[in-house]
Amino acid sequence: MSTEPIAADNAIPGATRVLAPENGYYGNYGGTFIPEILVPAFAELSAQFEAIKQDASFWQDYTALLTDYSGRPTPLTHADRLTAHFGRARIYVKREDLNHTGAHKLNNALGQAMLAKRMGKTRLIAETGAGQHGVATATVAAKLGMSATIYMGREDMERQYANVFWMKRLGAEVVAVDYGSRTLKDAINETLRDWVSSFETTHYLLGTASGAHPFPAIVSFFQSIIGIEAKEQVLRTAGRLPDRVYACVGGGSNALGAFQAFHPHDEVQLVGVEAGGQGRDSGKHASRLVYGEASPGIAQGYKTMFLQDRDGQMKDTYSIAAGLDYVGVSPILADLAERGRVRFEAATDAEVVEALQLVMRTEGLIPALESTHAFAGLFKHIEETSASEIVIVNMSGRGDKDIFNVAEGLRDEEWNGFIERKHQQYNG
Amino acid sequence: MKNGTALSSGSISSTTGELAERIARTAAAGKPIQLMTHQILGYPDFDANYEMIRLFHENGVEIVELQLPFSEPIADGPVFLKANQASLENGTTTEQCLRFARKVVADFPGIAFVFMTYYNIVVRQGIQAFVRTCADIGIRGLIVPDAYPEESDDFLQACREHGVEPILIVTPYTSDERLAYLSRQTGGFLYCAARKGVTGSKTTFGEETDAFLARVRAVARTPVAVGFGIQHAEDVAFLRGKSDIAIIGTRLLTLLEEEGLPGVERFLKSLSGAAS
Repeated sequence: MSTEPIAADNAIPGATRVLAPENGYYGNYGGTFIPEILVPAFAELSAQFEAIKQDASFWQDYTALLTDYSGRPTPLTHADRLTAHFGRARIYVKREDLNHTGAHKLNNALGQAMLAKRMGKTRLIAETGAGQHGVATATVAAKLGMSATIYMGREDMERQYANVFWMKRLGAEVVAVDYGSRTLKDAINETLRDWVSSFETTHYLLGTASGAHPFPAIVSFFQSIIGIEAKEQVLRTAGRLPDRVYACVGGGSNALGAFQAFHPHDEVQLVGVEAGGQGRDSGKHASRLVYGEASPGIAQGYKTMFLQDRDGQMKDTYSIAAGLDYVGVSPILADLAERGRVRFEAATDAEVVEALQLVMRTEGLIPALESTHAFAGLFKHIEETSASEIVIVNMSGRGDKDIFNVAEGLRDEEWNGFIERKHQQYNG
Repeated sequence: MKNGTALSSGSISSTTGELAERIARTAAAGKPIQLMTHQILGYPDFDANYEMIRLFHENGVEIVELQLPFSEPIADGPVFLKANQASLENGTTTEQCLRFARKVVADFPGIAFVFMTYYNIVVRQGIQAFVRTCADIGIRGLIVPDAYPEESDDFLQACREHGVEPILIVTPYTSDERLAYLSRQTGGFLYCAARKGVTGSKTTFGEETDAFLARVRAVARTPVAVGFGIQHAEDVAFLRGKSDIAIIGTRLLTLLEEEGLPGVERFLKSLSGAAS
C-alpha cells in the first residue's frame, strides 16, 4: 500500500479523466432545470468551476490539503483472508473509511468549500442522507472558517443520530426536514429552498453527483481522486489493471470517484450496487437501475431515472443504509448504465448484513452499511470469477456510525441490554 | 415613481397572444390593476377549490392560477409545499386536476385560467399531449418554474403551436440581457418574482421593486405581473400603475386555513377595493 504523494502526471485530472458533459448532458440525462432565481448562482458556479479545472495551483492546494489534513492517499488493502475464503478473484479494498471523517465525502466537501471561498462565499449549506456528507461539510466549514447549515430528513436523523451529534458539535446548524419521505430527496429540496434566498453569501455544497449541471461534474471531479489513487496503487501492487471495480450507488459520488480513472480501460468491468432493500417487488427498495421500476423524469433540477408513479410523483424509497435511500441517481451513471459501460447489481438488506459479518470477521474491517452493498454485490457473483482475476471494492466509508442499525439487523441481545441499562441510568 | 406606465391597450401588440390581449382589453376598460389568485388543486379538496374560485369570481378576480401538485415543488415555500403533499396524500391525480379545470373553465367564463406545475408533470403526460389537452380545456397559459427556457424548446414550441401561453418568470437578479431574452420568449404576461426566495414570505415593496419593474418595463412586450409576497391590500395599491397584474398566492391559502371562506372573502374585498 502507498503512502507516497500522488504522482506528478496526476497533478490535474483534466478533462480526459473526468467524464465531460455536452451542454450539461450525459447522453440523455443531466441538464439544468432550475427556477429563474438560481440562474446567476449557477452561472457563477459554472464559470468558477471551469476556471479551477484549468488551474494547476488549485488542484495542488486541494491535494496538499487532502494529504496533510485528510490523510490521503488512502490505502488499497489486499483482502487476503477474504480472498482465501472464496478461493476466487483476488480482492483489494480501497480504504475511503480511512479518509478523515470516515468516508469519501470529505474529498468533495473540501474541494467545493475551497471553490466556495474563491467565490467569496462565507456560508455552506448541504443536504445529508446518512449524515456523512453533513459531517464532512461541518468539518470543512470549521477548518476553513465558514458557517454551515445541514438539512437532514427527520427519518434519517433517527437512523443516524450519532452523525447529527457530531455535526452540531462541529458547529453546524442541523435542520430537520419534516415532510415528504423525510429522507435525502426532501433534504435536497429544502437545501435548494435555502439557496434561493441565500445564494449571494452561501454555497450549496451538494454531496452527490446528482442535481443540475454543473453539480454532477463538480462532485465527480473532486471524487475522481479515489480512482486516480486506486489505479496507481493496483498497478504498483498487482502489476496490472483490475478486472472489476465495485462501488455502492446512492446518488453516485463514490462510484464515480472510483470508476472514472478506469473508465477509459474497456477491459475493466465497472459494477454499481444499488440498495435492494427488502427485494424486488417488495416496494421497499431504492433500486433505480436494476429492478426496472424507474423511468426518465425531471426533478430536483435534472433529468435522470427516477422511481416515480404514472403521474410523475416521486415514490418513497427504502434501504437499511440511509445514504443509498435516494429516488434518483447521478445522470452520469444513468448514461453509463444505458451505454452498458457500468453494470448494476442490487443487494438486499439481508445480503448486506450477512456480507458485513463476513468482512468484519475475515478482514477486521467495518464498512458502512452503504459500502457493504459493494461487498455484497461482489459476493453474489464471486463464484463466476477465477483466481487469476483482480477485483477492487471501494469501501466508501466506515461503519462505526451504523452501530445501532447493525445491532438491530443482527438482533444483538447484549447490545439491547446495554441500551436498556443506559436508558434506565438516564431515567433514574 | 418613475416609468410607471401601466398598460394601455395600445402597448400590446396583437402577436403576444390571446391572454395578453384579454388583459389589455380589461386594462383599457378602466381596471388599473388586475388580480391573479391561486389554488393548489385537491387541497384541502376539490370542493374547497371550487368554493374559492367562486369567491374569486364574485370579487372580480381576472386570472386564476391552478397548481397541479407535485411531490418535489422546489420553488414553493412551506405553506404550498405542505399543500402539495397533502393533496397528493389525498390521492389527487393529474387526470382529476384536468377534469376539475374543464369544469371551472366552463362554469366561470369571466376568469382566465392558467396552470402552474413542475416540468415532470408535463413531461410524464407527454409535452404535446399535455399542452393539447390544456388548449382543449381552455387553459390560457402555463407557468412551469423548472422548465428552464434554454432547456425547454419542445415545451415552448408546443405552447405556441396550441395557443397556450408559456408564462416565464423573471427576478430582480435576472440580468438585463436575459430579461430581454425572457421577455421575447414569454407569452401572456411576464411573471415578475418580486424578490429572491420561495413563495410565501413577506416582500417589502419599495424603491427596489420600482427599480426592478422599471428594468422590466423597458423590455417587456407583454403585460407584467408581480408576485411573491403580496399579503395586503396596500401591496396591491403600491403596485397600481406599475404592474398590470398583482399575484396573490400563499396569503389566500393561509387565510383559508386560519379563517375559512369568510376570512378569504373579506380579504378579497379589500384587494378588489385596492385594485379598482
